[in-house]
Amino acid sequence: MNLELIVFLILAAAAIVSAVLMITRKNPVTSALYLVFNFFIIAVLYLFLRAQFIAVIQITVYAGAIMVLFLFVIMLLNLGEDKLLKWKLNSKRTIASLLGLLLLAEIAYYVMNFTSTSGMSPQSESMGTVESIGRVLYASYLFPFEITSILLLAALVGAIFLAKRKLEQ
Amino acid sequence: MVPLGYYIGLSAILFTIGVVGVLTLRNAIVIFMSVELMLNSVNLALIAFSAYSGNPAGEILVFFSIAVAAAESAVGLAIIIALFRNKLTVNIDEVNVLKW
Repeated sequence: MNLELIVFLILAAAAIVSAVLMITRKNPVTSALYLVFNFFIIAVLYLFLRAQFIAVIQITVYAGAIMVLFLFVIMLLNLGEDKLLKWKLNSKRTIASLLGLLLLAEIAYYVMNFTSTSGMSPQSESMGTVESIGRVLYASYLFPFEITSILLLAALVGAIFLAKRKLEQ
Repeated sequence: MVPLGYYIGLSAILFTIGVVGVLTLRNAIVIFMSVELMLNSVNLALIAFSAYSGNPAGEILVFFSIAVAAAESAVGLAIIIALFRNKLTVNIDEVNVLKW
């Protein structure tokens, strides 16, 4: 057991615990904060995989922008702990949890059969930097990159249109 | 060093937690957060495959996936706000207009 593996296992355990806490908390603000914690751990795992640029994007866009949007909406709608939303075990939820376990078993079956012989690729050391990502992005993936701007514009217009509409009196 | 299977296993567990969250929860916003968790777990698997195969296409795909997730969360939260304005609830059991 080397140090990297030990740190990975600690981070993985923290990620799983924070994800479980996220879906079991009653207060949506607490759930959102656990999800932010989870996103930070995943950003650290990206650094383990030498993907520095994606790790920074993960923190600024996911843990920053998207989760602030979530917290903003939760506070805008003034959602507290709602008794109607209380998590109690019924048949529907039991079936849903069993289906989730079945899905995990299916994925685990394929992951178990999957044997990786090689370690991390030597090219990956310099692959995740801003320079190399930028080179690939602007050379091979320029068209999808430009299309993304249209997607973001459509999302902007759609979000404003949907959120602006007033209640019909 | 960490074997690739560990990253894929962690990704699978996080994805399953997200699926269980979507299926069991009743608060639309927390369901939406579970979807974000599932997106993130798949991004982790993509980055792991990308790093272990030495192909940068996985990282580019994650870059686009994050851009799409940002657009998706903006529109999704606007829909939740519109829903709350009309129904005064985010409990999806009470939103059954389109239910057959």
